[in-house]
Amino acid sequence: MNTENTFIIDGSPIPFEPGQTVLEAALKADVFIPHLCYFPGLRPNGNCKLCTISINGKHSSACTTLARPGSEIENNTPALNDKRRLMLQMLFVEGNHFCPGCEKSGNCQLQALAYELEMMTPHFNHFFPNRKVDASHPEAFLDMNRCITCGLCVQASRDVDKKNIFILSGRGMASHVVINSPSGNLGDSDFSMSDKAASVCPVGAILPKHRGYSVPIGKRLYDGVPISSQTEFLKTRKA
Amino acid sequence: MFELENAKTTQGLRRVAIDPVSRVEGHGKVTLLLDEQNKIHQVRLHIVEFRGFEVFIKGRPYWEVPVTVQRLCGICPVSHHLAASKAMDVIVGAKQLTPTAEKLRRLMHYGQIVQSNAVHFYHLASPDLLMGFDSEVAQRNIVGVAMKYPDIAKQGILLRKYGQEVIHYTAGKRIHGTGAIPGGVNKALTVAERDKLKKDLPQLIEWAKGGVELMQRFHEANPAFYNSFGLFESNMMGMVREDGALDLYHGDLRITDAEGKPIFDRFSYDNYTQILREEVKSWSYMKFPYIAELGPEKGWYKVGPLARLQTCDFIPSPLAEAARKTMLAIGNGRPVHSTLSYHWARVIEILHGLEVIQDLLNDPDVLGNDLLVKGERQEEGVGVIEAPRGVLIHHYKVNEDDQVTMCNLIVSTTHNNQAMNTAIRSVATQHLDRRVITEGLLNHIECAIRAYDPCLSCATHAMGKMPLQVELVDAAGECLSLLRRDAAGNFHNSDMYA
Repeated sequence: MNTENTFIIDGSPIPFEPGQTVLEAALKADVFIPHLCYFPGLRPNGNCKLCTISINGKHSSACTTLARPGSEIENNTPALNDKRRLMLQMLFVEGNHFCPGCEKSGNCQLQALAYELEMMTPHFNHFFPNRKVDASHPEAFLDMNRCITCGLCVQASRDVDKKNIFILSGRGMASHVVINSPSGNLGDSDFSMSDKAASVCPVGAILPKHRGYSVPIGKRLYDGVPISSQTEFLKTRKA
Repeated sequence: MFELENAKTTQGLRRVAIDPVSRVEGHGKVTLLLDEQNKIHQVRLHIVEFRGFEVFIKGRPYWEVPVTVQRLCGICPVSHHLAASKAMDVIVGAKQLTPTAEKLRRLMHYGQIVQSNAVHFYHLASPDLLMGFDSEVAQRNIVGVAMKYPDIAKQGILLRKYGQEVIHYTAGKRIHGTGAIPGGVNKALTVAERDKLKKDLPQLIEWAKGGVELMQRFHEANPAFYNSFGLFESNMMGMVREDGALDLYHGDLRITDAEGKPIFDRFSYDNYTQILREEVKSWSYMKFPYIAELGPEKGWYKVGPLARLQTCDFIPSPLAEAARKTMLAIGNGRPVHSTLSYHWARVIEILHGLEVIQDLLNDPDVLGNDLLVKGERQEEGVGVIEAPRGVLIHHYKVNEDDQVTMCNLIVSTTHNNQAMNTAIRSVATQHLDRRVITEGLLNHIECAIRAYDPCLSCATHAMGKMPLQVELVDAAGECLSLLRRDAAGNFHNSDMYA
């Protein structure tokens, strides 16, 4: 194998093309690195930190790190997965992620990763936030209590849809997604369910109306095959 | 005012509390006020926890409701799932479901009737009936039944398992599935699933017939006890289809008086607010429903297996109808009101549920793929179903943004609130009055509650083994003695409160 364009993940060589990130090259080679805020075609922003890997002993986000020849990368290790589980637990308690009643259940990337990384409890005290629930749009339902501020809707609306409807506001713990419309409601924007921003949410914050639970249990995205075995789906999604 | 609801004075009376009631899902408490001669002056069943579903469902999208509200209960979630779905059918303008959707929902519901009635009778009530109400407490449970009557325990467990399998194939999961959605269902039944369910049915029907015969034998062995235990007479409410037959999924509501004569021969459940009212009492979180035109003292009623098997004209399945006639014969032409007959009616319903399932599985419509209809959007919907414990009402209003703005749930337990209170007062008068109170005697009170409802969780919520604690308290509130059952079923007696 040409070692000029390969790096090592957990002892296995991974080929890459110049300009690819570690996460892109790994997914292309069907190696799963947990992630939430990466979506093919959108600019990686390193928000969620789930894809944290160890490159030559140093922690880095796989979605924003360019692949380099000869890098020795640790990915699927107990130590890294412990940290990823901790980050998932923090995401769960910051929002209201009530999987039993959530229609995203079974199709939710956050839930799928929690199963994948064997998150058994939330560990931390729940924040139980009381954020905005926006039902003003005829086609979409927003429940910001489930938002993990991954920023994918912001990017998709800005860079693909060219509408700038979703905006990140505030800083640090107070950062949250707001709607760029006169009233602040989605119904007052020119959002459409055919927008890219409507289909990139990894959790149940942006949902189409009137279709909840239309896919039976057993046929949902992550029911049969765990997310770690769905690299084909994860890499071929299109922004 | 009802007899034994309020003591004339609490001066000089001591209080005995059964807190919580055991082998009952949810938190219930019974208090008795007794004087020095152990004469009973007051008996109350209290529901001591508050759920709040009617409030926190507000603001949620209507399509989420059938999945969310079924979390009210882990024993009969399908009933809440389907009652809410029926209400949401109205909201989405689905006046008539497709034949496949309607029959798959019925399949799910009758699976629920089989599993829930099986767990109620075999797992929770049969220990009392088989071992004796005041038998050795460590043996008076399903494990004790399995040791002494392994065939009965096995049949009960497998009957429940079958009901759970029916739910699994129609709702996607054995508990808390998502099969029904506004306007229909989301899952078709495959030929393989249908055939798997058909395979075991003949054996299960035989076992269900055995359950009916078992209850009949209990009555025949001690008719005086079975006919008088917790006896009281009351109005009854149940669901009937157009020809007067029992229908547990859909129909009108019928209310009869204690003689079986119709008070309302039938009324559409959409109009329940015109017919029924609810009274609040300061000592319970659970309301007391009554028929508006009769008032709270004369208008209360009972629901559930014994009520609906007598409000209907007939059961539309041959084996269960024959069993119903046998049971009704003990009334000598009058309706049967004895509390323990609820269990007899309950096992007849297991048999009926299996007969209906058999008919549905032989119907080619259940293999169809036309699952969903929609129509003109409405703002208000009522859905009513006969849950295993009785009539279950779900009522919602939804705004133009698709959010729930009003939710009213009247669950079976609530309909039976006055009936359960009256039953335990009857038992207390019959079995506890002027006697030294023992654990076995207190269990008589619990037996009366279990005959109606092993599951107070529509109004309360708790899981697991429930320890029982009985305190004897004097009028000044000082605990004189304590009888405590721990989670392992062992009893501890102490003279002083520790």
